[in-house]
Amino acid sequence: MLTTIFYILSTITLGSALMTILSRNPIHSAIWLVVCFFSIAGHYAMFNAQFLAMVHLIVYSGAIMILMLFTVMMMNFNKERQIQKKKIIVFAGVVSLCLVGYVLLAALLKAQPTIQEYYVSGEDYQSIKVLGKVLMEDYVIPFEMAAILLLVSMIGAVLLSKKDKKENKITS
Amino acid sequence: MLQNILQEIGIQNYIILSTIMFCIGVFGVLYRRNAIVVLMSIEIMLNAVNLLLVAFSTYHQDAAGQVFVFFTMTVAAAEVAIGLALLVAIYRNIKSIDIDQLRNLKG
Repeated sequence: MLTTIFYILSTITLGSALMTILSRNPIHSAIWLVVCFFSIAGHYAMFNAQFLAMVHLIVYSGAIMILMLFTVMMMNFNKERQIQKKKIIVFAGVVSLCLVGYVLLAALLKAQPTIQEYYVSGEDYQSIKVLGKVLMEDYVIPFEMAAILLLVSMIGAVLLSKKDKKENKITS
Repeated sequence: MLQNILQEIGIQNYIILSTIMFCIGVFGVLYRRNAIVVLMSIEIMLNAVNLLLVAFSTYHQDAAGQVFVFFTMTVAAAEVAIGLALLVAIYRNIKSIDIDQLRNLKG
């Protein structure tokens, strides 16, 4: 039962990730990416990490994808200008993909697990209560750093996308 | 029922899934010329790593892995905001977001 759900979810995840990359239209890519994020939220829900699944849905599907779709909408590029890359570059991409996958899989699958006999301790470790305690006690300094990072990135985005009064165009 | 998910599926399957997903992201960065799709591929890579972090958090039954996922999400949100602002600025200047046309630094 669980294994079947896992395989279905994994197929959706990998297929939609591939479709994100292979579809020509950026809007289709964005929509396939939303499908991919939803299936990853399904994986989180299968791990019983409810809070993480909800945060993932809200942040990724809600905020990030809307931002991307609005950007795609703002720059209406015509499809004819998108020439595909040269054959040799595509070939090099496929070769490096296979090599990276081979190296990662070989390294990760040869590793010996530290826990030989896996058992469920029954301890509560992923409810919102426990997560909040860990976040606010052990990781409070990274938490504040994350707040500063978000503030700085917000100011940076506003500054970058502001229109210059005297525009000096880069001629290419 | 959900507590023993790793007993039933096994951590190996999650490792394979995350690795393949990360490789798809790498391929997208190398293959596509549209800068927005390159950003999306980076998101796919970040999500693969997040999934593996949650899997190992469940494996060790420790909440710290999930807290790290929150920080990764924060960094991803900041990265997308800055990246898209940069893209808009580039598009305003050269009227294209084809990454092969950004070669002003080439001598």
